[in-house]
Amino acid sequence: MKKQSKPRLAFFDFTDCEGCQLQFANLGNALLELLELVDIVSFREIMTESSEDYDIAFIEGSITTDNDVLRIKKIREKAKVLVALGSCAAIAGVNGIKNRSSLDVAKKIVYGDKANLINTIKAMPVHEVVHVDYKINGCPVYIPEVISVVKCLLMGKPYILPNYPVCAECKINENVCRYEKDQECMGTVTRAGCNSWCINNGNRCYGCRGLVDNPAADAQKDILSKYGLKLEDVLRHFTLYNDSMGEKYDQEFK
Amino acid sequence: MTKSLNKIDSQNVKVDVHYLTRVEGHGNIVVDVKEGRLTKCEFQVIESPRFFESMLAGRSIWEAQHLTSRICGICACGHTLASIKAAEDALGIKPSDEIIMLRRLLLNTEMLDSHILHIYILVAPDLLGVKSILPLVKTHRPVIEMALRMKRMSDYGGEVLAGRHIHPISYVIGGLTQLPSREGLEKLYNLMLESRKDGEETVKIIKTLKFPEFERPTQYMSLTHDDEYAMYDGDLVVNGEKSKVNNYRKLFIESVVDYSKAKISKINGKSYAVGALSRFNNNFDKLHKKAKAVAKELGLKSPCHNPYLNTAAQLVEWVHCLEDSITILEKILKEGLNEHKVVVSSWPKRSEIGKTKYKPNTGSGCVEVPRGSLFHEYTIDDSAHITAANCVIPTNQNMGNLEDDMRKIVPELLGKKTQEEITLDLEMLARAYDPCISCATHLLDVKFVE
Repeated sequence: MKKQSKPRLAFFDFTDCEGCQLQFANLGNALLELLELVDIVSFREIMTESSEDYDIAFIEGSITTDNDVLRIKKIREKAKVLVALGSCAAIAGVNGIKNRSSLDVAKKIVYGDKANLINTIKAMPVHEVVHVDYKINGCPVYIPEVISVVKCLLMGKPYILPNYPVCAECKINENVCRYEKDQECMGTVTRAGCNSWCINNGNRCYGCRGLVDNPAADAQKDILSKYGLKLEDVLRHFTLYNDSMGEKYDQEFK
Repeated sequence: MTKSLNKIDSQNVKVDVHYLTRVEGHGNIVVDVKEGRLTKCEFQVIESPRFFESMLAGRSIWEAQHLTSRICGICACGHTLASIKAAEDALGIKPSDEIIMLRRLLLNTEMLDSHILHIYILVAPDLLGVKSILPLVKTHRPVIEMALRMKRMSDYGGEVLAGRHIHPISYVIGGLTQLPSREGLEKLYNLMLESRKDGEETVKIIKTLKFPEFERPTQYMSLTHDDEYAMYDGDLVVNGEKSKVNNYRKLFIESVVDYSKAKISKINGKSYAVGALSRFNNNFDKLHKKAKAVAKELGLKSPCHNPYLNTAAQLVEWVHCLEDSITILEKILKEGLNEHKVVVSSWPKRSEIGKTKYKPNTGSGCVEVPRGSLFHEYTIDDSAHITAANCVIPTNQNMGNLEDDMRKIVPELLGKKTQEEITLDLEMLARAYDPCISCATHLLDVKFVE
C-alpha cells in the first residue's frame, strides 16, 4: 500500500538577516520530530537540492526589489499554505526604516555613478504583495510560538495572533515596569506573543512584533507626556519596526 | 537554484552557479574560460541591499546595538560587541574587567555555534558526497544528534548570557542589563565539559575527510594580542606589521565593482584574507595547548596556505574557544560576579534624555567574528545621535581573495577535472570562506547628509 505522503515544506529568504530560519536549526530535538512529520524540499541556506513542488512555503524577509515581487508571486501560485516567518516578512521590520529616506539620494551617495545598478523599492511585508495564511511576528521569532504555529498549520487550524500588548505578559512575569525604573518601553502598544522576552532580560521592549490592532495611541501619548518625553523621541522608537505602515502610522501618532 | 553547464572541452569551460547554496545569503559564481584563457572569474553578491548605515542616521547611539545586531542572524553577537565597542569609544566609556570577561565568553559561544554550523551543516555534506545534511539524518543519525547537541550547548550559552543568541538582549553599552543566573552558568559549564568528548569525536571525523589540495599564499589579517588568542581585543596585524584598529581606513581600501553589491577590499593593492585561517596563521602561539594538539592531529601547520582548510582551522578554534570558555566560567563560578560592576540600564535615564550634552566624536570598534575582523564606526553629535556610520564586514574583505583563489585554481584544474567537478570545487572553495552575504550587503560606507 502506498505510504501517505508527508506535507512538503519549503523555505525562501528575501531581504533579511536569515536569523529566523536559523531559529529552526535551534529547535534542537523538536527539529528532528518535525522532520518525521514533514519533508523539507527547499532550504537554500542548508541544502543544495531544491524542488518546485511544495505544499507549505515559509517566507523570511521583506520584499524590497522588483525581482522580489515576481518571485513571491510565483511562490504564492505554487504553495497551498504561505507563512510569513519573522517581522521582516510579517510587518517589514527594520527594513521599513528605509521607506522614509530618499532612496535615490542614498543610492547616489553609496554607489556614485553606479547608482543605477541598484534596484530597490519600498520595503514591504509579504502580505502587501500576496495573500498570507499564517504570520509569525518577532525579531527574531520566538521558538515556542513557532512550534504553536507549526502545530496549527499541520492540523489545518488558524493561528490567532495575540491582540493584547506585551505589557500583559510582562505583568504575569512580574517584571518591574520600565517606566517605574525611569526608562522608556514600547511594551504598552506592542503585540504580545514573545512572553516579554526582552524585558525579562533586563532590557526594554523595542516593538519588534509590531503594534496591536488598537494600540491605544492616546493612552501611550499620555504616559509619555506624563514622564516628560517629547513626541519626536517617541516616534523615533515607533519607527524602528513599524515604518512600513507609513502614513496610517503618522495619522495615529502625530 | 539552477546550474547551467555547457559541456565543451577543457579549453572552453563555463561555470554559472546561480544562488550558491549552503551559504548565508545569495551569491553567484561565474567563471568563463575561452580557448584555454580565463576571461571571467567572479563571485557575485546579489542579495538585496539592506541600507543599514543609512538606517542608523539620526538614531540614538543607544539604539545602535539593537539595530546593527539585526544585520546578521549568525553573527548577531559579534555585531553587538563591535557596535558596543565603537559606541563606548565614541562616548568615552571604559567597561570593567568583569564586563570584558563576560563579553569574551559571549563571543566564544558565537564562535562555537557558528563553526559547528559551518563544519557539520554547510561543509560536511560536500565531503560526504551528499547534497545536504538531511539525508545524513537517516544515514549518520548519531553524528547529526551530536552536531545538534554541540549547537545546543553554544545556543544555551547565548541564552544564559544574553537572553538569546540571535539578536542578544542584555549586552549593551557599558555592561549587561542583568546578571546571568548562577544556575544557568553552572549548567553551561557542565554542558561545556560534556562537549569536550563531542569535540574529540568531531576531530576524528574531520580527520578522515579529504579536503581538496590547493595552495596560494596571501596576506592574512586579524587582530593580535600579546597575552591571548585575539578575539575581543588587540591590534590589527597583517604581514607581521601591527596597526591600531582606529587606523583601519588607512590599512585597507575598498572599491566598488560592477557585478556585485559588496565592495572589494585591498591591502597594499592586493587582496587579503580574514577569518579562522588568518587568525590561526597569525596567532598560532597563543592557542590553547589542546587546540594546538588538534591542529597537529589534523595536519594543520601555521602558516597554512590552503583556503579549503579554513574549515579545519575552525575546528581548532572551536577547541580553543571551548577551553577558554571553561577557564572563564571556572573563574566566574569561583569568584562570583559583582552586580554593581556589571549591571547597567540599556539607556540613560528617561528623565535625563535630552538634557545631557555629549562631546561630538567618532568611535570605532573591532572584534574577531567567525568569518574574520568586523569593524563598526559611529560619529555622534552633542545629543549622542548618530550622524555617520560605517560597518566593514569580513565577507566583503574576503571577496577579492576568493576571486584570486578562483583565478589560480581554475587553470590548475583545466584538463584534469570535468566541468561538474570544477564547479563543485569552486562551490566548496566559496563555502570554505563561510561567506555571510546578508552581512556583506548590509550596505557599504554610507555617509549621509543631514
